[in-house]
Amino acid sequence: MTETLQPGTEDERIGVYVCHCGSNIAGVVDVEAVAGFAAEDLRTRGVVVARDYNFMCSTPGQDLIEKDIREQGLTRVVVAACSPHLHEATFRGACARAGLNPYLFEMASIREHVSWVHTDKAAATAKAQAVVSGAVERVRHHEPLEAIRVPIDAATLVVGGGIAGLQAALEIADAGYTVHLVEREPSLGGHMAQLDKTYPTLDCSACILTPKMASAGGHAHVHLYTWSEVEKVEGYVGNFTVTVRKRARYVNNDLCNGCGVCVEKCPVMVVDEEFEAGLGYRKVIYTPFAQAVPNVPVIDADNCIYFLKGTCKACEKFCDRDAIDFDQQDEVLTLRVGNIVLATGYDMFDARRIPQYGYGRLANVFTNLELERMCNAAGPTGGKVVLRDGKTAPKAVGIVHCVGSRDRNYNNYCSTICCMQSVKLAHLVKERTGAEVYNFYIDMRTAFKDYDEFYQRVLDEGVHFIRGKVAEVSPREEGDLQVQVEDTLIGRQQRIPVDMVVLSAGLEPRRDAKAVGGIFGISCSASGWFIEKHPKLDPISTMTEGVYIAGCAQGPKDIPASVAQGAAAAARVLMRIHQGVLALEPVRASVVEALCSGCRICNGLCPFNAISYDAARQVTAINSALCQGCGTCVAACPAGAIRGSAFSDEQVLAQIEGLLMANVGHPSEEAVTA
Amino acid sequence: MSDRFEPVIIGFTCNWCSYRAADAAGMGRMKYPPNIRLIRLMCSGRIDPTFVLKALAEGADGVLISGCHPGDCHYLEQNYKALRRHRLLQRTLAQLGIEPERVRLTWASAAEGAQLAETMTAFVEEVRALGPLAWPARPRPAAVAELHEAAAEATP
Repeated sequence: MTETLQPGTEDERIGVYVCHCGSNIAGVVDVEAVAGFAAEDLRTRGVVVARDYNFMCSTPGQDLIEKDIREQGLTRVVVAACSPHLHEATFRGACARAGLNPYLFEMASIREHVSWVHTDKAAATAKAQAVVSGAVERVRHHEPLEAIRVPIDAATLVVGGGIAGLQAALEIADAGYTVHLVEREPSLGGHMAQLDKTYPTLDCSACILTPKMASAGGHAHVHLYTWSEVEKVEGYVGNFTVTVRKRARYVNNDLCNGCGVCVEKCPVMVVDEEFEAGLGYRKVIYTPFAQAVPNVPVIDADNCIYFLKGTCKACEKFCDRDAIDFDQQDEVLTLRVGNIVLATGYDMFDARRIPQYGYGRLANVFTNLELERMCNAAGPTGGKVVLRDGKTAPKAVGIVHCVGSRDRNYNNYCSTICCMQSVKLAHLVKERTGAEVYNFYIDMRTAFKDYDEFYQRVLDEGVHFIRGKVAEVSPREEGDLQVQVEDTLIGRQQRIPVDMVVLSAGLEPRRDAKAVGGIFGISCSASGWFIEKHPKLDPISTMTEGVYIAGCAQGPKDIPASVAQGAAAAARVLMRIHQGVLALEPVRASVVEALCSGCRICNGLCPFNAISYDAARQVTAINSALCQGCGTCVAACPAGAIRGSAFSDEQVLAQIEGLLMANVGHPSEEAVTA
Repeated sequence: MSDRFEPVIIGFTCNWCSYRAADAAGMGRMKYPPNIRLIRLMCSGRIDPTFVLKALAEGADGVLISGCHPGDCHYLEQNYKALRRHRLLQRTLAQLGIEPERVRLTWASAAEGAQLAETMTAFVEEVRALGPLAWPARPRPAAVAELHEAAAEATP
């Protein structure tokens, strides 16, 4: 460790701390040379202490800073280490503990932006020195600031009534706080409601899910909005204003008692493409499944005879509670919430996109969801696994893994659930039909508790596992199929005759994930999943304060992981509610009235309506409660009358000079004038 | 190091997408040339054209501006304002006799570390091909004082 202590040349006394981060930084950047540069060449810029240390973020590292602030009387601190997004808060804390305003601190990223991306040691060291010089010049212009404190509204919006959203909603509501639960479909339940059994325990999915649905449906603190969508979100953490469109159900929620007579009397059947995956039928007035919550049907206006031809009204005639209301209109509601949990789930990969697997072309090629519905006793076949003719039990079934996953033509990622889902379906088919079952896999991925044991059990049951990516599913005589695959364990091409093929389709981001993300101010990864704040350390927060993500919206995951993430999001929301107030970065614009000429150039620039014009006094005013701190108006003001705290013109211009080493070796202006 | 020209480039990145893309490039250990030095702003809309001119005047050979993709701005639409200013600035630069290509605007989402690294690599090569900007060196404070004195003396 090198250290240099010297008398200051001016009023400011700056401490510079260069982190080794083990070998993460020190392996590429000569950290001693960087600290030495700060001590020698930036001495005239006010640097009085420059040290390098193995791990600045460690307690002894932070102690170094605190000790220097106290003993050396530092007035500003620069830490050259990792990204400010990682440890800015850590070092601000150290400054605050030693009595220095935490905003008199600047962080220079020499790991993510230097040592990890460059290989030439001399060039990397030179760049690190420039970055430190930039930070020193910038910090000289920092001002002491106070965090902005905003109150947190105790109500929470949960979007998505699948298992992740249900878990989050129930945990928050059970703690006694209001939850607005918005679900796009007519009922809570999500994809889990469509499943028959859940691996590895073979619990009946409905048996473990429906109690949670019922609990949310009847909960005193849960306000349920099904058949509804969020249209607009305004405001910021603690104070969101949410616009929800409650689509017309044409059935009055308050009057309907869920007796089901209307469904029984409706004369029109349509193929149920949603819940029954196209295998079964439903009426035009329907609840998606028997345990639906709320147990209030909805009229599918696109197929309803009354809406198409103006006559019928059978449902209305038989409803003895007058609950049918053909004149019902969409309702637009405004909700005020402090936090938002997004649990919008996934879409299943459309197996038609892989033509060589024959889905949609070869009758007896099914998707995993179709098989799942067939296995279900309440499903379209009453729990019987049969071919497309609806009666013949299959004798040999091929289950194809990784359909649309781990395939550079479709999705590069592993959908994580398909191996175990395929093993489970293999077991169910074997149990119900006694058929020979072949699983075609690329790699078996059965990580997590009790999963591999289940795989071993299904192996012992006599299910065949063939390691190879299926090339083609083709027809044989009399409607049979054959699966062409290279068995990579024996190095031989195989043609396996089967009479049923099941495609284990992967998970994809919701088709409208990008648009939904736009509403909530969060973005999607390259694969289309919502981006978390940190992939390891903060998988439930997003870049937008107060918006959390849970379940498959964040990436493919199974039920236990979705439940855990939903609960984690709830814990985070409850933490915020308990805090009551939240400290926000004091990055705000303000007008220096003496400089404002009232030109109004800035007036149209703010998307948050924070800028208004005081006509009487002919000056512009900025409402700091509405200002989000982007700084666009600061940049636009021709008179320099708008100041941006934490990102002022002076700070940025000084950082530019510093980065270009314009001031190296030159005395500070204060020293010149002195 | 060889004798080839090594340009110095200042990169302005927004806090939400592009700075995080640069962080992601680091986390993924994606390599790009060390010629580029980044400044974090809250939004690409914060970029005052003065910042760009300042960088060029202080010795930068090029400036890269990176914001969220259109439609993805953390502040809804402020990157469009950066786009407008960039267009105007390029015309101004041309009038000043500076190649407008020295100031480039790009978009990078937080997930696009690899793309940003590629863009930065390509931009360094483009500026290298353009050669040094050689904006007149900024007079040093002492020199400024001398200039003022000389001007005062010369004034009748």
